[in-house]
Amino acid sequence: MNKPTVAVYKFSSCDGCQLSILNMEDELLDLVGAVEIAYFLEARRRTLPGPYDIALVEGSVTTPHEAERIQQIRQDAKILIALGTCATAGGIQALRNFTSVEDLAQIVYEHPEYLHTLEKSSPIAEYVKVDMELWGCPINKYQLLEVIQAILQKRRPNLPNHSVCLDCKRRGAVCVVVSQGVACLGPATRTGCGALCPANGRGCYGCFGPVPNGDLKAVSAALSPVERYPGELRHLFRNISGYAPAFRQAADGLTEPANAPVGGQK
Amino acid sequence: MNQNIEIPALARVEGEGALYVRLKDGAVSEIVLNIYEPPRFFEGFLHGRYFQEVPDITARICGICPVAYQMSSVQALEAAMGVKITPQVRTLRRLLYCAEYIESHALHIYMLQAPDLVGHESAISLAGEAPELVKKALRLKKIGNDLLRTIGGRSVHPVNTCVGGFYRWPDKKVIQALLPDLRWALQASLETVEWAATLNYPQFEQNYEFVACSRPDEYAIYDGAVLSSSGKQINHEDFEKHYLETHVPQSNALHSHSVAGTSYFVGPLARLNLNFAQLRPLAQEAAQKINLQLPLRNPYKGLIARAIELVEVCDVAIEIAEGYQPSGESHVSFKLQAGEGCGVSEAPRGLIYHRYIVDEQGMIRFAKITPPTAQNFAQMEADLWALAPSAIQLPQEEASIAFEHLLRSYDPCISCATHFLKLKVERS
Repeated sequence: MNKPTVAVYKFSSCDGCQLSILNMEDELLDLVGAVEIAYFLEARRRTLPGPYDIALVEGSVTTPHEAERIQQIRQDAKILIALGTCATAGGIQALRNFTSVEDLAQIVYEHPEYLHTLEKSSPIAEYVKVDMELWGCPINKYQLLEVIQAILQKRRPNLPNHSVCLDCKRRGAVCVVVSQGVACLGPATRTGCGALCPANGRGCYGCFGPVPNGDLKAVSAALSPVERYPGELRHLFRNISGYAPAFRQAADGLTEPANAPVGGQK
Repeated sequence: MNQNIEIPALARVEGEGALYVRLKDGAVSEIVLNIYEPPRFFEGFLHGRYFQEVPDITARICGICPVAYQMSSVQALEAAMGVKITPQVRTLRRLLYCAEYIESHALHIYMLQAPDLVGHESAISLAGEAPELVKKALRLKKIGNDLLRTIGGRSVHPVNTCVGGFYRWPDKKVIQALLPDLRWALQASLETVEWAATLNYPQFEQNYEFVACSRPDEYAIYDGAVLSSSGKQINHEDFEKHYLETHVPQSNALHSHSVAGTSYFVGPLARLNLNFAQLRPLAQEAAQKINLQLPLRNPYKGLIARAIELVEVCDVAIEIAEGYQPSGESHVSFKLQAGEGCGVSEAPRGLIYHRYIVDEQGMIRFAKITPPTAQNFAQMEADLWALAPSAIQLPQEEASIAFEHLLRSYDPCISCATHFLKLKVERS
């Protein structure tokens, strides 16, 4: 039997999720034994022509070129997996979606007219059908391994859907909300990191996006009293995964503090 | 090579771009390094964020060197707000930076650049011929990542860094449990230097202005004054008076040059050439053992410089881990205060500068970030010009590899920079 072919693509992103593949130091050589890495520019110069069995797409769509390119990638792929928070929710660069991209461009670039960019940073699923989403900024490499193994074994991947808060309890970490009065998105955020931030004595900032079916109104109500500064909770929702619908709504449901500075705001 | 060529993809770098080499009457008429890695506007959306969010956000500029972004950010913000960190915090930050160097340099040496020098398209194909070498590279990289994870929680976008210090001291036992691995890594790094010296590098030397952080008392990575091979040394606070960024039409990245309008070169070659005297004895001996002659002016030999730096950072990491004794608060307390401040440090691929203005509520009012690759673009273009006359004499495929290898040797981070560098040569 021929090995399944895998293609890895980068859109607007930091490289961190693809790097998570290269960071499978113990598994990488076995992985390249089990699948054919047909297209992965960060790792290899050789490319094999499509179609591919699995396309792993890192990054969000932010340019006209990317909006075209994703169509071809979808056509070439049997299974398309959106990899990481940029690909599933637009990523940190989707903070532009709450402001005007022209204003941001003016701040950063001397000649914004040279830029080719779209008004919004969008998740892959806004452009093409996505077969599976792996959340995280960055992804959890073991979740990716599980997905690839499941595909090889023709079974459903076993990906947990509970909140970070539960992981925190499981690892016996002290709750930062209760013990320190620090705002923490643990109850609102999908598992995947292993409750890293609370275990390091700080609040979760939502890298893995909203937990499915979370009651974010209740989370907002519970955390509002512990804000360190007016608008903190809104900042927490409107961050790495800020364009994910549930976080977007949660942030919209919180009032903007008076005297809010410009930028990063609606 | 006598026809237009277009390489749809430069592999084994970070970020997206294209290279156009146009020829007229058999000579090169135009070279354009087109960076079309999409703009992400970090400096724009940092406006209005709370200062303590900055190290989490700037980490997302680059998955390969998030620590560099965090370290320049927190130093700039601490300067802006008058925060004095403790010596213990500085030491642990140096250890975190050592971890990033081990991970990033092992990746670049063995997986991104070395395949060009040994005639392979990737470390994956190299693993077929030299499995032990690739396994060594992976273990080295893993040790860097393990150390990053132990201090920062995870290797990509660590979570433990804050303005004022760290959210939590890592456990002494867990840090010291890594010592056997770090000692192995030091040995592997010494072997890497010797192996690097046996590789056959392209003959290519230029007169560069090298710029790097420098300190009298240590090989500067975490902080320092800004030293140039021209002899000029400036306080890092004056960086923008001497080095400027401009925006050029073919690029989504800003390009830097000195106020005199000349290009300059940041990264491992610059650091090694300017700061060799501050290397610790082990790294110096490793360089002497391979009879290294300085200054190194061959960009491909950045690989040797990285290997020597691996020795240095493993050596430093072992010393810090052995003496690691967490006590007191892991971050200092301070009052919010409006101000402006800047910070520099040495990312694995070169000097990185940040400047922020913070208001009295602790909100960011202005942010400026100058990454290493932006500073090297002008020099990369100049090098492409210097290489082109000989490269275009080569057969098409070899010419492409020659241009690509030169660019890869810079370890460009186009997302801060791999993925897609298109080489298009047009003849008119």
